[in-house]
Amino acid sequence: MKLLFELSRPGRGQELLPACDVPEFAFDADLLRQTPPRLPEISEVDLERHYTQLAKRTHGVNDGFYPLGSCTMKYNPHIDEEMAALDGFTRIHPLQDEASVQGCLEVIYCTEQLLNEITGMDAVSFQPAAGAHGEYTGLMLIRAYHQSRNDLKRCKIIVPDSAHGTNPASAAMAGFTVVSVPSNAEGGVDLDALRAAVGEDTAGLMLTNPNTLGLFDPNILEITRIVHEAGGLNYYDGANLNAVMGRARPGDMGFDCVHVNLHKTFSTPHGGGGPGSGPVGCKAFLEKFLPEPRVKREEDGAYRFFSPENSIGKVRSFYGNFLVVVRALTYITVLGKEGIPEASGTAVLNANYLMHKLQGQYDVAYDTTCMHEFVLTLEKLKQQTGVSALDVAKRLLDFGMHPPTMYFPLIVHEALMLEPTETESRETLDWAAQVFLDVLEEAKTQPEKLHGAPHDCPISRPDEVGAARNPVLRYAFE
Amino acid sequence: MGSYLPSTAQERREMLGELRLSSFDELYKHVPEQVRLKHGLDIPEGVSEMEAAAKLSALADKNRRYRAIFRGAGAYDHYIPAIVKSVTAKEEFLTAYTPYQAEISQGVLQSIFEYQTQICELTGMDVSNASVYDGAVAAAEAVFMCQERKRTGVIVPDTADAQVIRVIQTYCGSRNVPVTVLRTKGHALDADTLKEALKQDTACVYVQSPNFYGVIEDTTALARAAHEAGAKFIMGAYPISLGLLKSPGECGADIAVGEGQSLGLPLSFGGPYLGYMACRKELMRRLPGRIVGQTNDSEGRRCFVLTLQAREQHIRREKATSNICSNEALCAMTASVYLAAMGPEGLKRAAVNSAAHAHYLAQRLSEIKGFEPVTDKPFFNEFVARCPVPPAELQARLDKEGILGGLPVEGGVLWCCTEKNTREQIDRLAEILGEVSAE
Repeated sequence: MKLLFELSRPGRGQELLPACDVPEFAFDADLLRQTPPRLPEISEVDLERHYTQLAKRTHGVNDGFYPLGSCTMKYNPHIDEEMAALDGFTRIHPLQDEASVQGCLEVIYCTEQLLNEITGMDAVSFQPAAGAHGEYTGLMLIRAYHQSRNDLKRCKIIVPDSAHGTNPASAAMAGFTVVSVPSNAEGGVDLDALRAAVGEDTAGLMLTNPNTLGLFDPNILEITRIVHEAGGLNYYDGANLNAVMGRARPGDMGFDCVHVNLHKTFSTPHGGGGPGSGPVGCKAFLEKFLPEPRVKREEDGAYRFFSPENSIGKVRSFYGNFLVVVRALTYITVLGKEGIPEASGTAVLNANYLMHKLQGQYDVAYDTTCMHEFVLTLEKLKQQTGVSALDVAKRLLDFGMHPPTMYFPLIVHEALMLEPTETESRETLDWAAQVFLDVLEEAKTQPEKLHGAPHDCPISRPDEVGAARNPVLRYAFE
Repeated sequence: MGSYLPSTAQERREMLGELRLSSFDELYKHVPEQVRLKHGLDIPEGVSEMEAAAKLSALADKNRRYRAIFRGAGAYDHYIPAIVKSVTAKEEFLTAYTPYQAEISQGVLQSIFEYQTQICELTGMDVSNASVYDGAVAAAEAVFMCQERKRTGVIVPDTADAQVIRVIQTYCGSRNVPVTVLRTKGHALDADTLKEALKQDTACVYVQSPNFYGVIEDTTALARAAHEAGAKFIMGAYPISLGLLKSPGECGADIAVGEGQSLGLPLSFGGPYLGYMACRKELMRRLPGRIVGQTNDSEGRRCFVLTLQAREQHIRREKATSNICSNEALCAMTASVYLAAMGPEGLKRAAVNSAAHAHYLAQRLSEIKGFEPVTDKPFFNEFVARCPVPPAELQARLDKEGILGGLPVEGGVLWCCTEKNTREQIDRLAEILGEVSAE
């Protein structure tokens, strides 16, 4: 398919702006650019067709089943988009006077109250623009807390070996040293290893619960207690909140701060990689460190900005990805107190149902009731047939299914991690299970077919090694 | 109560039955009794779509929408071509995740490759990433790209957006990177002031141009000064201005960053926005976040993949260049559609008209006692002018006309024009200010 630049023809283009209605200003020549940017010159129809073609070469949730583990690819309701597109939100300048943006402030305030209740926290900042950004912000709160107590030796963050890669990366960015603790045979945190790891230098623990194996750690209260007794704080990575929302709260599990991914749990679309929103919540004793500004409600009912007294500063300009917050508020408003636990319960049911259908044929990494996702290990299949998790994933593409997350978590060999979410029907799950079983059969009878998969996609497997070895990161122009 | 569950309660009971379970609670058997929420969430009951729409619309209606916006200061009201919204609303793009599976993500991947190319062209740089959260974070991430063992410090003049400085300080605080904020006079940084501040351990200098006050900084001289001291030069640039003004590459910058909101994204009370980042080839492997590269599939067809992933968190974990995972992909696509729709002539037209309108407004204000511009340096589409009355009073007067005035700053008001501020709007504004002046 052609690139925008290859469609360009000199002199083509669109009449979008009028000629200037005041005298043009003559800048000194040395302020002006010498080389014009080689932007494409394209007619509107060709531009539209270009993107329509690109859309056909893209698989979204609306195209089909998307069981990408840890990413919660649930359906994104249209009403959320419609509300986020209201003029009364999109045409508001972020630096208008408070009195003229009461609706925006109320959106932020109301969503904060809702997230406080859902997570069991006391305050939320919406400034972080994504999950990893929330992690970083939360860790900065932990850092500020220890510093405020002059407890400067606390430089280590404990992270289980099953954690998302963003956890250790965020800890390093926040200036901490990362200590990895192993998982036990049941897939949870190894308590003895945790006890051995904590000490006077422990700043805190980062934990996803349910974890990336899709398992709720039954020792959660003991885990958070061990960290607290050592003087550390507990950080909850909310990537998997969809399993437990409305049924259990991080705040009741001993966590001191959390981030939630509005683009996962609260159904805002992921846009091919963003924009997301990763609001960070915390208990009251950390509130004074949150990024500024925050929103409060005055006695007269007016909403105002204020700066927390010991704010860590700002992690983004303005107030975060506001329109994403509007979408999440719409979603939570529709679901309400009963819809939220019903969604999480159904997400867990769907995962167990799909796992049940595959059990016995595929090896499940941890054979127990799972939460919203589960992990298969294809290690034996690979030994027996030479077919890898990658091969199976690529073959699934031919059936119109987005593959599960591959090779993660790192502690499971030949891993495929499936998260069906609550917005899939029983027929879709039955169909998906059948596809998985058919592919397994193929692996045994025609392994070469899987090595060469996919066969029915716009492209076959790309040469990723070549891409990294000889990086071509922009169009060259002739 | 609304719901997006396709399965009925009956179907769910049957599915539980197949799992030999009688209740949802049994699915949660690993959750200790003490942490289970006994009485449910203390939040309102769910509502129908119609009721939710009414509630959110009422909130939107509480905000004041202005007919004419003369405020910028980091968020700009430019014209958004109709095709931009229609393309980025395509549901394949909207509802896709990060393009991990290249075979079914060529649309997103190619569009990012095109975006990267356009950003390189706009900035005069060699390499661009696929975006970060916003312009302020882009500046902070750029500072980290410049860290050397013996060079860590960053110098930022106070002419940069205070929010960007604050984000740089916050990010640098956690890594013990010293930040020096340079005091300037007359809303611009001169090369001698910078030279005095540059030290042997200065890793980089960040300069925004046009700066917060709208002034076009002498970036060529500033870049030269930074380089002579062995430091890198990061330039923060307002992308619309690059349709007309010297690019960061032409100024000698090593890294170009900025807020991409002006490229087709609505004001949206501050977000989602878009941080662009581009650099010279030598710094390529230090770029944070996703980067798309061109390659071939097994049949030799050109295709695109996420590449140079050895920099990233999911491979390197605590040794990654950054923790970024989700970025602002759809906003990057928005910028790309915008730039393609505008083309080189359209972008230049937006820049020329914005600058012309701002200079016309400045000229009108120079004729109104008490509202005279204070800037004597070249500016693009923003400038500071005096204000003889408390700015809140002035805004109250402008509210009646549906006009959002400039942003109150020390010493006056920071006015902004784009191509949308027509002569008629400017004349009306001047008329009102004339009345205020005469009162």
